[in-house]
Formats: sequence, C-alpha cells, structure tokens
Amino acid sequence: MSETFDVVIVGAGIVGAACAAECARASLKVLVLDRGPVGGGTTAAGMGHLVVMDDSDAQFALTSYSRRLWRELIPVLPPDVEYDECGTLWLAADEEEMLEVRRKEQNYTRRGVGVEVLDSDGVADAEPNLRADMAGGLRVLEDAVLYPPCAARYLLDKAKQLGAIVRTGVSVHALLPEGGVTLQDGSTISAGISVNATGPWSPELTTGLPVRKRKGHLVITDRYPDYVHHQIVELGYLKSAHSMGKDSVAFNIQPRKNGQMLLGSSRQFDAEDTRVEQPLLNRMLNRACDYLPSLGALSALRTWTGHRAATPDKLPVIGPSATQPRIWLATGHEGLGITTSLATGRLLTDLLLQRKSEIAPEPYLPARFAATTAKNHECATDNSH
Amino acid sequence: MNAQLTIRINGRPVSVPAGMVLAAAIARAGFRNFHRSPQGHPRGPLCGMGVCMECRVTIDGQKHLRSCTVLCSQGMEVWTDA
Repeated sequence: MSETFDVVIVGAGIVGAACAAECARASLKVLVLDRGPVGGGTTAAGMGHLVVMDDSDAQFALTSYSRRLWRELIPVLPPDVEYDECGTLWLAADEEEMLEVRRKEQNYTRRGVGVEVLDSDGVADAEPNLRADMAGGLRVLEDAVLYPPCAARYLLDKAKQLGAIVRTGVSVHALLPEGGVTLQDGSTISAGISVNATGPWSPELTTGLPVRKRKGHLVITDRYPDYVHHQIVELGYLKSAHSMGKDSVAFNIQPRKNGQMLLGSSRQFDAEDTRVEQPLLNRMLNRACDYLPSLGALSALRTWTGHRAATPDKLPVIGPSATQPRIWLATGHEGLGITTSLATGRLLTDLLLQRKSEIAPEPYLPARFAATTAKNHECATDNSH
Repeated sequence: MNAQLTIRINGRPVSVPAGMVLAAAIARAGFRNFHRSPQGHPRGPLCGMGVCMECRVTIDGQKHLRSCTVLCSQGMEVWTDA
C-alpha cells in the first residue's frame, strides 16, 4: 500500500472530525485514524454544550466564532445531532454573583452576543424547579446543546463525501517528523502533515505537550420533559474554583430533547482511571440538589466519567508544532471541545493553506509553550539514556 | 397474606393481597403497557428483578419507578403507559 495523503489526522473525536471536514472542504486528501470508534473518547463522555465563555479575550473570540459556525450548520444538521438552542442560564445565588452577571452582560453585549439579565422573579419564572431565592441570572440566548458523537459522525460523513478516508480500530504508534505516521503494526503511512487530535491522550504521541487529563463525572436521568428548560450553570464555581483544592464540583444541568437530563460537573487532576468515585459524585449531586430541591426524587439511569484535555492557560493548542513543522496539533480543548471544534478545524486549515483567518490564530499556537515543551523533551531524552 | 388492600391503577380501584409486588398487581389487573419507549413503543416487565427498567410506572406522582421493586401499599395511585 503506497497511499500518500496531504493530511493524516489521528483522533476521530469531534475535533479530529471538524479538522477532517475543513481540510476535505479545502480539497486536501485526508485520512482519519482512531484506535476506537468515531467519537468514542472524550466526545462520547461530555455533555455537548455550545457555550460562549469569557474567561479571556482569546477564549471569547474562539467560542463565539465557533458557536457562529455551529449556527450556520443548523439547517443541514441531521435530527440525531439533536441541536437544541435552549440557551444557557448562568445562576447568581447572591449579590456578589450578580456583580459577575452584570460584568458578563456588559462584556457579551459589547461584543454582540445576545444576553438577558434576569432578576430573582425572572429566574423563578424561567426555571420554576430552582430554589426560589436565587439573586438572578444571565440568559445567553443562542447557546445550545447537541449530541456530540452524532455531531462527530456527521462531520466525518461530510469529510468522506469530499473524499476523506476514515479508518477506526487503528492504533497509531508515532507521528513522523517527515510527515505521516507509523502504526502499531509497524506499517507507515506517508502524508504532508500529521495532526495530533487525540485530546487527553495527545501527550502520548507528542512528548512534553502541556496537556493534562482532567477527570469529570456525569449522570443521566430518566425522561422528565420540561423539568428544566435551559442549560443551567451556577456562577458560584468562579469564586470557589481556587479555594476548593484539586477536586471541585459545580452545578450544571442540561435538558436533552427526549426529556432526559445530563447532570454535572466535577473536575479532578491526577485521576487517570475512569472509575466513578462515589464521594465526589455525592458532592456533585448534593450541590445539584441544593439548587433543584426536588431533584432527589427523580431517577438516574447511569453515571460515568471522562477526561478533558486541560492546558495551563485554558486555551486549546492549534497549529504546527514549534519544533516539528510537519507535526500539527489540535488538542487541549478542556471542557469546550464541542463548542470550539468547528473553529479549530477552520483555523487549522487556514494556517495550513496560509489563508487569512477570521480570528487571530496566535493565542492558540503551540509555539506559546515551546520553551516548556523543549525542556520537558530534554528531560524525557535524558531519562532514556 | 389474607389481608387485602386497595390501590388505584389508571384511576380504577383494584383490590390486591397485602405484600404483593406492584408489577404483579398491574399485570393481574390486565394492564399490559407499563410505559412507552422514547419511540413510543409499549413496554412491559421483562426481568422482574429491577434491572431491565421496562416495568417503570408513575407512583403517587413520581415518574419512572420500577414497579417490580415496589410492594403495593394502601391507597397507592398508579399510572401506567406514560
């Protein structure tokens, strides 16, 4: 077999799928490889919340750009993607959190993202099952939810229609500095560039990449249509995140079109295994019951965990490696990979073809970590002597 | 086991022996459709031991409870086919 590709993408999650769709649309010859099924890793574990976030200007730029790209797809997304523009409701439990609501309102409005501030009664009207004493909230109108594995499959189907090849159940051993990959079976596939889109597993293929696994727990409930109407997230986590040690929980609930609800969230570093940890799950559920007092009477169907790909600056890594120009990265999206996948695919393809991008690609370039990566790489090399 | 109690299934009073499992009481009263699948198909008990989730009904206003794991109690209000 002597196939040659322009781009070989490792990872058929939502990010790899979005990169494949964009590269194929630009008439590049694309191969996608994954050791598991399509969208079977972090993509399958997460909620699928399309959300504009403003922890930093670069995060705002990427999430709002990508949400716009999702909205452009609404007319063509198949029904099983379950796109639902339910909006996000950020909850303020007290006046201190209302200050954050007003800060967010100004920041979003100034940048053209539609929001509404709700007072205490407004929140009670919008979500009658919430505890009645909320100070208020911020509704982000065009935020949405979808079902991520089907979204990944849709993007790969689009890529395949444009000539891309997708092979699942294929384990990649290494990304080659001269382009292409070697597989676990020893064979080599040559390509102009390879793209590491393996999320939390990306450091296994790119030594020294500052991406860490951040574990999360999720619960899915039975069908209770109209129990909640928005993806509801507490603002409280913003002030508690730094004071709660390495494990933190925050209230986050998502209505699905079929009436089921996804319930999160937890964040843990240094928890590589995938087992459900009951004490942390209890903390997470107690937090949720604090906001939704009648939640405890509902039935949960299943609990599971997944790993996010976290970076030190909470921004993904998109573009060529600083040291190996034929090895590219599309990883490190932490909890925003579903939202930012489409922008990632677009930016990566813009960089590859040296097209002008709609948003500045610099904040996400791998080169920003070059010093750390080189240093870690030296250490790894030293250890192997 | 001779004591009888009365529950209501889909609005109809039904007399059952004390200690009877609710799924059995519903079946004995002639109801076949315990709940509906997301595609709207009728579903009924399969495993009888709390695992398959197919015998779910609404009990006293609480939805999606497994009728095979609940004993009948006096005055219980049960709705099937939700």
